[in-house]
This record gives sequence, structure tokens and C-alpha cells, in this order.
Amino acid sequence: MATATREAFGDALVREGADPKHVVLDGDLMKSNFTYLFKEKYPDRFIEVGIAESNMVGVAAGLALSGKVAWASSFACFLAGRLETVRMSVGYNEANVRLAGTHAGIGIGDDGASQMALEDVAAMRALPNMSVVQPSDGVETERAVEYLAVHDGPVFLRLTRQKLDDVNPPDYRFEFGKVVQLRQGSDVCLMASGATVQEAVKAATTLEGEGISAAVVNVHTLKPLDVDGVVAAAEQGGGRVITVEDHNVVGGLGSAVAEALAQAGSSARLDILGCHDFGQSGSPEELYDAYGISAEHVAEAARVAVARS
Amino acid sequence: MESLAREEDRTQLVKRLEDEARKLRVTDIKMLEKAGSGHPGGTLSAADVIAALYLHKMRIRPEEPSWPDRDRFVLSKGHCIPIVYAALARVGFFPEDDLWTLRKFGSPLQGHPDRIRCPGIEAATGSLGQGLSMAVGMAFAGKLDAASWRVYCMVGDGESQAGQLWEAVMLGGKHGLSNLCAILDKNQVQQSDKVVNILDIDPVAAKWRDFSWHVIEIDGHDMSQVLDALDEAETVDGRATVIVSHTIKGKGVSWMELNPDWHGKAPNAEQAAIAIDELEGRISAEESQARYQRLQEGGS
Repeated sequence: MATATREAFGDALVREGADPKHVVLDGDLMKSNFTYLFKEKYPDRFIEVGIAESNMVGVAAGLALSGKVAWASSFACFLAGRLETVRMSVGYNEANVRLAGTHAGIGIGDDGASQMALEDVAAMRALPNMSVVQPSDGVETERAVEYLAVHDGPVFLRLTRQKLDDVNPPDYRFEFGKVVQLRQGSDVCLMASGATVQEAVKAATTLEGEGISAAVVNVHTLKPLDVDGVVAAAEQGGGRVITVEDHNVVGGLGSAVAEALAQAGSSARLDILGCHDFGQSGSPEELYDAYGISAEHVAEAARVAVARS
Repeated sequence: MESLAREEDRTQLVKRLEDEARKLRVTDIKMLEKAGSGHPGGTLSAADVIAALYLHKMRIRPEEPSWPDRDRFVLSKGHCIPIVYAALARVGFFPEDDLWTLRKFGSPLQGHPDRIRCPGIEAATGSLGQGLSMAVGMAFAGKLDAASWRVYCMVGDGESQAGQLWEAVMLGGKHGLSNLCAILDKNQVQQSDKVVNILDIDPVAAKWRDFSWHVIEIDGHDMSQVLDALDEAETVDGRATVIVSHTIKGKGVSWMELNPDWHGKAPNAEQAAIAIDELEGRISAEESQARYQRLQEGGS
């Protein structure tokens, strides 16, 4: 089955809504990010702020400072665009706000560059107190939302517009701050997060047919990063790591993994696949191919890495 | 008789709060002088409203800063926090000695408010334009919980040039948050120049009114008017209130008044001594200006 993580988020939020501490804020995108489901069930705890994301973030902080868990949802690019308010009102205040950024990355397709958050992880990762979580499929999104309902501190939750293949089992358990080894492999380790996890899984299957043993690691928590898990996976993967992300190559998954490996004194060789430019209109498949983050590009990077040494 | 007794109580209350406001101003000048930096102008303009809130109006428990039923105050113009620190120490949130650590390494009294480090601070601010959004969020939370506590938020007039403030005004007005009282400290001056010369915000009362707020305009240095306005705000049904408090930046120190040079510069020891003499009524405004002028010219 394939599920858009924005939709799984909307479903999960309704379930968590049974606890009256949860309040949801919308900036006129409830149908796009599926928070309308929460509105239907709990209209009193749904606040429509209009197209005013800075205010939405600040109001969410005020709710959180008064004991609520405030879920402020918009496109990821618009939340990261309000970094100044996120920084002060949410981050510095250690407010229990969940910034749910949907429509992340070039995977949104047709809408084009203006709606494609490709710098949001870098921005959010740089804020003290802020955690960054990016689920890779429907079940992981649901489990992540359940966890975030009780987590203490500010969180940026990065979600997709497009449907993603199931990569996790139905009985999946979400463990905040830990990588998930989806597949064992000894020649190369493919690390991915969010929408690119399915690409890594497909690449590993292709590589297996060619006699290359590829591990796949799902880094759902980009911050705090599971440094030990990343370093161990890199070693088990033959000291060759490929990261792939629907985000700029600066400041996202690849950067986080590079920081971890370098500071741990790892000798692993790292190749970072991701976006180098603004996005553009097209189908998600076309764009993943054009920007070098599709399964075939991941497989090719792995072949090159294995051939290199 | 009974009404006369109430009148006398009221007169005494006004006198007490006027005296408290004067003491807060003196403490503020001492703090800034010791810190060697800070923002005297906007702290002095806010002193009367801050005195009325912290020493009379707000229900707070200094011994229990997180008391769930406390009234909340958000200082959106965060650079003016020293006058609030002075009030917090006055009512016992922390020892007076802490005041002299303002802006020093390791102090709970950061240059701008920090709710984690400092008891009694509800929200970190300092990036102008954000405070009212948080106050609106707090007011929503109070309404959701059917709580009796109220939210106060002081914003600046220079700050009223920021777009996010008006997003919050629009939302707070639409939802009729009667548990929310904003105070616009309209002290007429911002860092570089008078507000009217930088980017005029007037007619600002009409703008708030257009967004469905109950608007009260007062002389923010007339304690009786300040108290009346805060009382009136509590009686307004179904609407949020803004008190447009017409004030004078640098109020109480004649040579600081309406002078942009004293927006963000601390007085040195000699200047502070003159300022305190004037605030405590030992010298007239004229004498204060003459002494200040002599000091600036290198005399004694």
C-alpha cells in the first residue's frame, strides 16, 4: 500500500485529539495537510489563523506555554520561512509546539519551486532545542505522531504530499532518535529519510541482483541524530555510505551523517545525493530522476562507491 | 461615607502606585548604569503601567511563579525588560541583589527576557512583533480551559511597524478574546528617530478599532487613568481590549525625554546620579538639565 505521510498525519492527529491538551492551528491549508479531519472532530480546538504563518507559529507558542500541545501545520517551506518566529517564540522558549511541514521537497511535483521546501531541515536543525523528524511511510507517520503527542520540546515534523510505499511492517514501533536498519548489507550502506527511503529500498533490491550487498538505514530522526547507529551502520556497510535526501545537500541528512562520521573518526567514504538547486514543475518521478535522487541514481552511486575501492 | 471611604482608598492607591513607579524608574536607572548598556527611554515610558500591573492589578504569586491561575504578562517590546525586572524584584520573584547582575554573564536577568532563566517571565521576546501572537495563544488557552486568569501584553509603537503584530491583532479581534488586554506604550520615539519620521503608525487607535478591539486611550503617566483603563478592560464582554497609552519616552528624566539618543544607551555614573536626583525630586527639571549640560561640556 502507498500512503501520503500528510494524510497519515491527519488521521493520527484525530486519534490523539481525544486528549484535550492537543490544539491544531491552520493557515488555510487544512485540506492540503488533512488537519480538516481534526477540525471535524474537535472544532473547539482547531484555530484557523488565516494566511499568516508567523502569527500561527507565535500563537502556537503561546498555547504551548499555557500547557497545550500545539500542532501548527503548513507547507514546510512556509514554516521554515518563518524561521525568525520559530527561533524566538518556539525554540528559545522551549515551547511544546509541533511544526508539521507538509509538501516537503521536489516530490510535490507540479506546483514547482515556490512550494518546494529544500532548506527546511537545515534551518530547523540549526535551532537549539528543536528536534527534526521525517517519517518514511504511513505507519511510521502514525507511530511518530503518537510519540510526539507525549514528547517534551519543540519538533519539526517533515511530511510529503506524494504517496510513499510501505517500507515498515504493520507492527512497526517508532523509537525517537534511533535509526532503523531496514536491510542488512556488507558492501555499501544506503542512508535515507522520508520519501527517499523507498528509493533506497528499491536501489538495494536492484543492487542485490548485481551481487552488491547493500544495507538500508532509515534516518527518521534527523535531530537528535543517532550518531552511534549511523557510525555502526557505516562500518557494517563496508565503510561506504550513500545518503539520499529530497532536500538541499547543504544542512540536511547528508550533512548530519558527515558530521557524525567525521567526528567519530570513521574512515567511511561518504557520497551525498540531494538537491543542488531550486526545484521546478514536473512529475515526482521526473524530478527525482532529474535531480539525481531516484532509486536508479542511488544504485549507480553505490556501484561507483564499490568499484572505487 | 462609604463612597467617600472608597474615594480615599482610591486616592491612596494612586499615590502608592505613583510612588512605586518612581521607585521602579530609579531602580531601572541604577540597573542600566551598572550594566553599562540597555534601553532607558522605553523602560521609563512604561514604568507607570508596569507599576499598576505588578503592584496592584495582576494576580500573581511570587513564591509560586508557575501558579496555574496567575495572570500572564508578555513584554513584546523585550528590550524594555529592566523595568519589569525591577517590578519582579519589588514583589519578590527574586532577590533585589539579582538586579545588579543585569546583562552579566550567567545572570538570570538577560539583556532581553528569558523565561527559562528568570522566574516571573512568561515568554522570551526581543525580536519585535512576536509578543502579541504568544499572548493571543495564551488567551486561547485560557478560554479553552474556561480559566479566570487574564493575559496582558505590552507592545511598542515602533514595534507596530511589524507585520506579525497586525496578524495577531486581526486574529485576536476576530475571536473576541475578552481575557486579553494589550497595552500600546505609545512613547513616540524609536531607535533612530521619532516614530512619525521613521514610519508613522497613526491613526493607530482606529486601526485596532477596525480590527474589532475595544480601544481605550489614556495618558499613560496618569495613574488614575491607567487604573481606570485596566479596570474597564476587565468588564468588556466578547472583545479584546487595547489600551493606547500615550507616553513620553524617557519620562521622568527631562534630558532623556523624547530624545532618540537615549533609546539604547545606558547613563554613566555621573549621568545616573543626576537622573536619580531628578526622579527623586531633589532637583527640578531645569536644574537637572543644567547639570547634565555642564557634565556634557566637561564641567563638574
